[in-house]
Amino acid sequence: MVLKAFFPTCCASADSGLLVGRWVPEQSSAVVLAVVHFPFIPIQVKELLAQVQQASRVGVAVLGTWCHCQQKPEESLGRFLEGLGAVFPHDPWLQLCRERGSKFWSCKATHRQVPAAPGAASEDQVMLIFYDQRKVLLSQLHPPAALPDHQAGDASASTGGLAAIFDTVARSESLFRSDRFDEGPVRLSHWQSEGVEASILVELAKRASGPVCLLLACLLSLVSAASACRVFKLWPLSFLGSKLSTCEQLRHRLEQLTLIFSTQKATDPTELMRCDRPAQPLRHPHSANMLVSVLLDVNRLGQLADALVPVADHVAEQLQHLLQWLMGAPAGLKMNRALDQVLGRFFLYHIHLWISYIHLMSPFIERILWHVGLSACLGLTVALSILWDIIALLTFHIYCFYVYGARLYCLKVYGLSSLWRLFRGKKWNVLRQRVDSCSYDLDQLFIGTLLFTILVFLLPTTALYYLVFTLLRLLVVAVQGLIHLLVDMVNSLPLYSLGLRLCRPYRLAAGVKFRILEHQAGRPLRLLMQINPLPYGRVVHTYRLPSCGCHPKHSWGSLCRKLFLGELIYPWRQREDKQD
Amino acid sequence: MEEERKFSDICGGRLALQRRYYSPSCREFCLSCPRLSLRSLTAVTCTVWLAAYGLFTLCENSMILSAAIFITLLGLLGYLHFVKIDQETLLIIDSLGIQMTSSYASGKETTTFIEMNKVKDVVINEAIYMQKVIYYLCILLKDPVEPHEISQVVPVFQSSKPRLDCLIEVYRSCQEILAHEKATSRSP
Repeated sequence: MVLKAFFPTCCASADSGLLVGRWVPEQSSAVVLAVVHFPFIPIQVKELLAQVQQASRVGVAVLGTWCHCQQKPEESLGRFLEGLGAVFPHDPWLQLCRERGSKFWSCKATHRQVPAAPGAASEDQVMLIFYDQRKVLLSQLHPPAALPDHQAGDASASTGGLAAIFDTVARSESLFRSDRFDEGPVRLSHWQSEGVEASILVELAKRASGPVCLLLACLLSLVSAASACRVFKLWPLSFLGSKLSTCEQLRHRLEQLTLIFSTQKATDPTELMRCDRPAQPLRHPHSANMLVSVLLDVNRLGQLADALVPVADHVAEQLQHLLQWLMGAPAGLKMNRALDQVLGRFFLYHIHLWISYIHLMSPFIERILWHVGLSACLGLTVALSILWDIIALLTFHIYCFYVYGARLYCLKVYGLSSLWRLFRGKKWNVLRQRVDSCSYDLDQLFIGTLLFTILVFLLPTTALYYLVFTLLRLLVVAVQGLIHLLVDMVNSLPLYSLGLRLCRPYRLAAGVKFRILEHQAGRPLRLLMQINPLPYGRVVHTYRLPSCGCHPKHSWGSLCRKLFLGELIYPWRQREDKQD
Repeated sequence: MEEERKFSDICGGRLALQRRYYSPSCREFCLSCPRLSLRSLTAVTCTVWLAAYGLFTLCENSMILSAAIFITLLGLLGYLHFVKIDQETLLIIDSLGIQMTSSYASGKETTTFIEMNKVKDVVINEAIYMQKVIYYLCILLKDPVEPHEISQVVPVFQSSKPRLDCLIEVYRSCQEILAHEKATSRSP
């Protein structure tokens, strides 16, 4: 097999020395991590390698020699380099050579052990692959499909292929800690040899994070304890709390923040990934913070409150017009006058009550809204949840009308079906859950048929009212659903990962790509290995945060069936409520 | 060593295949698709602008005309950046893997690299596409759990769609390299 030598681009201009790295026999590849320069004492080099091996559990060894000289290597230097092969036993022994200023290299790999079959060459063909050490160190490979039994970090890097290379470089961090300004016994060249990379802000943040986390964890535990107290478990407050989506959103945020600032170690690797990006949910309210402060000015809140009451009035007026239209001859249909008038007047009175209530509350609304609007600085999602709640409260009368219409229609449909069975001489057997024949008395049949006829002729009126109010209710539900979707999207969008993909694309790698560098016949093949960044769709898919998960529990078929029969639809009821 | 030959794709358009032979273990095949023709571009632009002018005479709103210009420009840019592939390259490196690159007309390049230990074989498959029977080259991937089963079929040269004669050339070279790789990996 062709021997692959992975060489870091930063060492391509380094002085002559020894190649230090890891040999992967399964793929016949040598990963060069650093170059040790002359002069050195072999014992010290071996000690350093043993230290690194212990710290990183990567089998680092001396792989060969690196020669970067003015002209062609002289005989004596050649023999000296070969002599080094005896000091550091490694099979195969790599010899890379480059003339200063030349683009083409010469590589040789010799096997110590004499092969069994005579005539087989003891030299292998070498292929040079250049890689950017810093990028490979910092990047994280995202394999297309992670098998369940290969997860949870096998200690020895037995992962196949390029993942082994990335793993080797990432784990050898202890080798890169010294730079050329250190007074160590061994002089190394690697990506940090010009100076170890660090950021003052990051270091300060690391020092400060401990006490800050502790403080915030205490605060959050206080808040959770306060919210878990007995007062909130009493019936009105607990009912409100489960219905208002603002409370739901605040609870969700509290949970997230508690997770981030918990002082315990994260056990699950996915948790670790989320804690590893501690800024992820933190940055998100901050950015949303800025958005909200731009969108919701305090002045705007006053305007909103001023606009609320006229809007509610307008909606009520439109509803009144609608009811007047229904009480006449809507769309040319002929209604039963008496029932029409009864239902129409009932709903009109309801609207009148509602309008009076709104006008009564209007002086308080502005103040309540202002206080509620303050909490919108907790984030865009909280603002959207407040909007959701306001819409739900303002369209409460539509909800009531829908319930009245639906109940009436439902009763009518059940009555009709039962009387239709009576008309045919059948009965619903509750015990056997099926339709059985039954012999009725004459007066039973008479009254039954009479009632059946009455219900049939009243059906169009009730059905029309039901249809109109169901459509209105569905419209409101659709608007609320959109807001909910938006909140879900903002909640689960991994903004930090997306930003990372935008600004530092090499951090999230889907794979690698190779480019063939200038090639001369007879010279070894040179390739450049670059990181292939993860596409945006996969970033969102891999790193999406868990959302509230309020998906509709009904299929379209069951929804249509419920609408036809007049059963009430609860679009936001969670599965837990159904079990209560 | 470079060689260029002319072939045609399944619709009759002209393709150019460039073969680069770097070493016995590394070969590159570059298929260039026909460029965006001026005729089709003019036809589409004229249709869109005529339709916009027709709407304008109906509605007397000059926003429609500016919107049509905008849409044409954005549509062209989107087409060049996301749809029109200029060149497709297949790079096969013995003992490393197979790399497929598509370069778009706007200069964007998307690359996929498949490691050699995942590649089972490279074959030419037949497919029935509407009323035609077409041939396409594809890479068979090994199933990680069952080494003798195929987990995925990755088609190559999907947008240039060359004919069988071109595919046979590429297939022969790939098989040479794969055979060489299997021979060397088996010997200790």
